[in-house]
Amino acid sequence: MLKIENLHVRVEDEEREILRGIDLEVGAGEVHAIMGPNGSGKSTLSYILAGRDGYEITDGSVTYNGEDLLDMEPDERAASGVFLAFQYPIEIPGVATMQFLKVALSSQRKARGEGELSTPDFMRLVRGKAEQLKVNQDMLKRPVNVGFSGGEKKRAEILQMAVLEPSLCVLDETDSGLDIDALRIVADGVNALRSPDRAMVVITHYQRLLEYIVPDHVHVLSRGRIVRSGGKELALELEKDGYAAYEEQAA
Amino acid sequence: MADVETIERVREIDVDKYKYGFETEIESDFAPKGLSEEVIRFISGKKEEPEWMLTMRLDAYRRWLDMEEPTWAKVDYPKIDFNDIYYYAAPKGQDGPKSLDEVDPELLKTYEKLGIPLKEQEILAGVRKQGEPSTLDEEGGGEYASGKVAVDAVFDSVSVVTTFKEELAKAGVIFCSISEAIREHPELVQKYLFSVVPQGDNYYAALNSAVFSDGSFVYVPEGVRCPMELSTYFRINAENTGQFERTLIIADKGSYVSYLEGCTAPMRDENQLHAAVVELIALDDAEIKYSTVQNWYPGDADGKGGIYNFVTKRADCRGANSKVSWTQVETGSAITWKYPSCILRGDNSRGEFYSIAISNGRQQVDSGTKMIHLGQNTSSRIISKGIAAGYSDNTYRGLVSAHRKATHARNFTQCDSLLIGDKCGAHTVPYIEAKTSTAHFEHEATTSKISDDQMFYCQARGLNEEEAVALIVNGFVRDVIQQLPMEFMAETQRLIGISLEGSVG
Repeated sequence: MLKIENLHVRVEDEEREILRGIDLEVGAGEVHAIMGPNGSGKSTLSYILAGRDGYEITDGSVTYNGEDLLDMEPDERAASGVFLAFQYPIEIPGVATMQFLKVALSSQRKARGEGELSTPDFMRLVRGKAEQLKVNQDMLKRPVNVGFSGGEKKRAEILQMAVLEPSLCVLDETDSGLDIDALRIVADGVNALRSPDRAMVVITHYQRLLEYIVPDHVHVLSRGRIVRSGGKELALELEKDGYAAYEEQAA
Repeated sequence: MADVETIERVREIDVDKYKYGFETEIESDFAPKGLSEEVIRFISGKKEEPEWMLTMRLDAYRRWLDMEEPTWAKVDYPKIDFNDIYYYAAPKGQDGPKSLDEVDPELLKTYEKLGIPLKEQEILAGVRKQGEPSTLDEEGGGEYASGKVAVDAVFDSVSVVTTFKEELAKAGVIFCSISEAIREHPELVQKYLFSVVPQGDNYYAALNSAVFSDGSFVYVPEGVRCPMELSTYFRINAENTGQFERTLIIADKGSYVSYLEGCTAPMRDENQLHAAVVELIALDDAEIKYSTVQNWYPGDADGKGGIYNFVTKRADCRGANSKVSWTQVETGSAITWKYPSCILRGDNSRGEFYSIAISNGRQQVDSGTKMIHLGQNTSSRIISKGIAAGYSDNTYRGLVSAHRKATHARNFTQCDSLLIGDKCGAHTVPYIEAKTSTAHFEHEATTSKISDDQMFYCQARGLNEEEAVALIVNGFVRDVIQQLPMEFMAETQRLIGISLEGSVG
């Protein structure tokens, strides 16, 4: 489904490479965790997948369902099923969360040549998903992420994901800033979306999230390279031994 | 041809005979180019105005001759040759395009986006006037069939206008053109016209007072709550508005009226210079809500051909506890010079100004308000949202003043500017004058840019660049949009998106 080959990336106008040859293949139905210390390039990888400006791809390729992902605009990627849950969700003052969801869903459906969902159908869809994620109705009326607590922001991200039903979910440090109860709600939401035709890339610093979202594969990212891959037990090992050994290895 | 003849004729005819002469001899409805007493007499004669009205027009003209064009606004345009303009011309459409094929395709694209039926597009684009047969009729059913249904349903306005006139008459509300009011209700017009914006108020108001061709008149009697939103929408379709509109609205004691002017589709217009005057008078306990959606042609990419809009709008909260609320959405015109104001004369009176001003391309907007506190315990509120994109300049200019006797005057002002791109400018020029120590004035101002983060976030959710800008801007102006009558909210939101097209990338 997602295939990253020898990906080299640097920030525009800077010499230093942040990603230095990433290879990763994620199949449908799989959940891959990417772990690594701060500054290892985890967030950069998520931005590259979603199509953020400001980076230069110096080598390598990313294909998604056989298509060149790097050649697509961010909104085209979204319409073709790529979703990034932001580490720091952005505030959009004056735009109600419900309205934002409606515009996002209609834009994506339009790009895919699907008809628009009727307002009652849309409301039903959102209300149903919101209930599962314990997002209250009041929050849907509030402007996108404005004045949301850390937990609310992350739940709102997962709600967007649930409504937009992407085929590739990239979760960037979704656990950061969450207390244990919020973490469980968010993880339940993510788990509810696991399905045989949906792939997930879960980026995290700590092993804690992976107790709730159990991955099929774990990769260690250090200084822009995947230095080790393994099963879910690798996460536990990292929790015990830390990243220090890998940093030396990558350097 | 007709012009030359007219000029000669005007010179020949002496004052007493001019009306008769014109009526019989001149078939076309053109006044000669340029401005003179004769032209003003011609206009007044065309409108069959009483002598007092002509005297007032001539008085305004003489004042105007002694005045200088104001230059303090932050707008820049070539000098206007006031003698190269027709001050009274035949209704639009006479020499307009013959069919939609001749209309600027960009304009038609906009209509399509706004979802305006084809037949109404013809009217807006000046292909035909309301009531004339559509050129589309010849083509018969097929692709135009659906358009016909929509037009008939929405804009078969004969019946609409009639029922609505009857209902208003029942309530005692007078709603007609200002020309009609001058003829039919001279006592009201003489009492109130020029009482808020006198003939010599400013350069453009003086010009308007001399040559105004038409406009709306509203009188709401004591204690009456006007049973519907009054809108120029119907009137514009019925009678073409001139370039010098004059509007007068009087809300008698304890009455209420909401008035909406404008139209959400850009109007094709031959007249480059527009100088309108609007006067509002609210007596004791009366309330007037005046909303404007202005979307005149802004000019091409280089700013050529756009409308110059020099407007004087002023409300007099004459009575105690009266209230006037201005809401404006300004997206069109090459030059906008406009400061809807409130004179808070009555004790406890209240003025409000809610504004969205969007400029793109080469547009220049200098707009704001004046809140003049004269009475005791008067209050005012100003919410201004300026959005500048492209190479445009967007200035908020406002005055809040409290007279010595305006004890406990209160004002809250919030001016927010949003910049899109790095070639445009936003400016805030507030003047605050308090002559009483009991006044309480607050001013807040912010300037921001649409951040790359916001753009990326929206795009990552599937919005393209233009959709993202439109959404973010609509969020930015939400406080003001909510002040608009319900039925115009959605259209205005779409209009904002269209106005900002091409502002990114």
